[in-house]
Amino acid sequence: MLDNMPTVYLTIVLAPLMGAIIAGLFGKTIGRGGAHWITILGVAIATVLSLYVFKYHVMDSHAIYNGSVYTWLVSDGIKLEVGFLVDNLTAVMLVVVSFVSLMVHVYTVGYMHDDPGYQRFFSYISLFTFSMLMLVMSNNFMQLFFGWEAVGLVSYLLIGFWFTRESAIFANLKAFLVNRVGDFGFVLGIAAVLLYFGSVDYATVFASTAKVSGQTLQIFPGHPWSVLTVICILLFIGAMGKSAQFPLHVWLPDSMEGPTPISALIHAATMVTAGIFMVARMSPLFELSETALSVVMVIGTITALFMGLLGLVQNDIKRVVAYSTLSQLGYMTVALGASAYAASIFHLMTHAFFKALLFLAAGSVIIAMHHQQDMRYMGGLRKYMKITWLTSLVGSLALIGTPFFSGFYSKDSIIEAVAHSHTPGASYAYVAVLAGVFVTALYSFRMYFLVFHGEERMDQHTREHLHESPWVVTLPLIALAIPSVIIGGFFVEPMIFGKFFGPAIFVLPAHDVLAHLHAHDWKEMALHALGTAPFLLALGGVLTAWYCYRINPKVPAWCARKLSWPYKTLLEKYWFDHLYQYVFAALGRWLGKVIWQLGDVRLIDGVIINGSANSVGRLARWARQVQSGYLYHYAFAMILGLIILLVVFVPGLSGKMLALIKIS
Amino acid sequence: MANEIALSHYLILGAILFGLSIAGIFINRKNVIILLMAIELMLLAVNMNFIAFARYLGDSAGQVFVFFILTVAAAESAIGLAILVVLFRNKRTINVDDLNQMKG
Repeated sequence: MLDNMPTVYLTIVLAPLMGAIIAGLFGKTIGRGGAHWITILGVAIATVLSLYVFKYHVMDSHAIYNGSVYTWLVSDGIKLEVGFLVDNLTAVMLVVVSFVSLMVHVYTVGYMHDDPGYQRFFSYISLFTFSMLMLVMSNNFMQLFFGWEAVGLVSYLLIGFWFTRESAIFANLKAFLVNRVGDFGFVLGIAAVLLYFGSVDYATVFASTAKVSGQTLQIFPGHPWSVLTVICILLFIGAMGKSAQFPLHVWLPDSMEGPTPISALIHAATMVTAGIFMVARMSPLFELSETALSVVMVIGTITALFMGLLGLVQNDIKRVVAYSTLSQLGYMTVALGASAYAASIFHLMTHAFFKALLFLAAGSVIIAMHHQQDMRYMGGLRKYMKITWLTSLVGSLALIGTPFFSGFYSKDSIIEAVAHSHTPGASYAYVAVLAGVFVTALYSFRMYFLVFHGEERMDQHTREHLHESPWVVTLPLIALAIPSVIIGGFFVEPMIFGKFFGPAIFVLPAHDVLAHLHAHDWKEMALHALGTAPFLLALGGVLTAWYCYRINPKVPAWCARKLSWPYKTLLEKYWFDHLYQYVFAALGRWLGKVIWQLGDVRLIDGVIINGSANSVGRLARWARQVQSGYLYHYAFAMILGLIILLVVFVPGLSGKMLALIKIS
Repeated sequence: MANEIALSHYLILGAILFGLSIAGIFINRKNVIILLMAIELMLLAVNMNFIAFARYLGDSAGQVFVFFILTVAAAESAIGLAILVVLFRNKRTINVDDLNQMKG
């Protein structure tokens, strides 16, 4: 079976789908144990086969596979197919998605232990895995869109998993609506691709970019725009929604209403990176549009720095990690804008491991704290939960880019790439990503110190019950901590300095910033970084956090008092929620109300439906006056009718009658 | 000539009788019995025309028709009066203005 690669690819996507269907439809029959065994089995099969695919394509350098398994429909020469494109980029994504998903599946056994929706949860996360794998393996835009929407749907279902909580319902609706905005751009972009390229197949589209690159279109008369720029920006709007880039970032922090395993899997490691993956996959298009790259870079820059700042003032442990995710996604987007697609995917990969780790560790803390998520009531947990403490420390060190940890290699490559980039906005981006390093270190270690060190601020009851989480929780933590440490050093040379992605990522020679980076091996690179600005900034962030939250805890409160205006801006998240809620949402609701009241109630119900019934009624009320019920009225009508009929039908009668009238 | 009774005089008499009977039907607001009488009168007006034309044309078929009509009219008024009796039993009135159950 392993010789037949299409079967392997098909098995990778279908195994989680089978798990999801069985756990979802027959959850009651197979019970809780059955549900987690069947889904873990499905995802484990996908993981093992993904690793095999990784070995097959990356290590054994087999040819890229690009083929269709099923033709959905053919209309006017346009083929919509289900197909797989498996190259090194896909292989990396497959391993990341399936491995993190497997870890989260195992972790969920512990985290959702007492939840009544146990089987449903497993069904959803397996369905998510299927959708995400379809997304990354697709060889055409339609299947990409299918995966894109499917992961969005599962994300919606899982944010609102605890559907009796009002805040969860609000959050999942918000996520769904904000993603609609992005998806609107995305679907327009796909439509534009179809219009100008006449195909939705990646290979066909990328082969004919030269033909389209010179064309322009006029959205507003008199302003010709490059077709490729429009397509790229529309596609990127989709990525902004899914990858939570400014200004469509608002849904991601709220998505923390979902259970923690979901935050780790969907809202940190995999789904939110779909936008990054998509842009990297579309590199042959984005490379040809300087404007689009510049937009990507500026949006990424804003997200990377300003969302990180928000992490400084959050007290909810999961929200800190969520803002950190936003900030790191910003870094990936900046790298895309600098044409350093490889660095972006590299950071995507390392981030997937250490961010999933941080979320799962946060979840472990939340279990121990009896679902208390406020860091002001934690502290000193390192004594009680050794494994969680150590793995969190590893995750935080990786996140802030400590040399030798995975995050260092990817983040440092991004910063270096931006320094060499000539995309408009690159100098601003460079300053922002450097400042972001300090901010990242500050909020990460603020969280770390607040949770694991210092005095124990929880109540007596919680303190007595503090203990390390069960092995199903700690095992994934350890399994994720290992790649969080080693994977950067392992992959930095092929991915950043080598031609790891081969033809999967296309970079114009003029944009090839990664070629300017000094090629090091992993040890040299880490040692070389020790005196550089990013390292010093990270160190400064850690020391600041250490001073503010360990040595002199009065400092944060003093800062909040002295800088009340900036502090309030951060607390209110730059008033974006207010803007959206009171301007766009309110406008939408007002518009809906007007259309409902005028269009539906007045026009359709009032005029067309009830109006026609009313007019028949009015006509009848008038017509019934004729029916007096008196015999003589009917008789009179009869005589009258008789006379009229006689006049009309008896020949000559009317003439004689007229003559009679004249005589008289 | 002036005092001779011509066909037109009979026809005018018939027309007057017919007109009276129509007026009796329409203007009458009182009593169903008067309604029946007006209908009888209408039939007699028709009979008058039949007799006049029969005599004028020398064709006795018209007179035969008159006998038929008289017979039918007798039967009709018998039935009509019978209905009237039943109506009065049910409604305690034979006033035309009160009989508007067919009002829409």
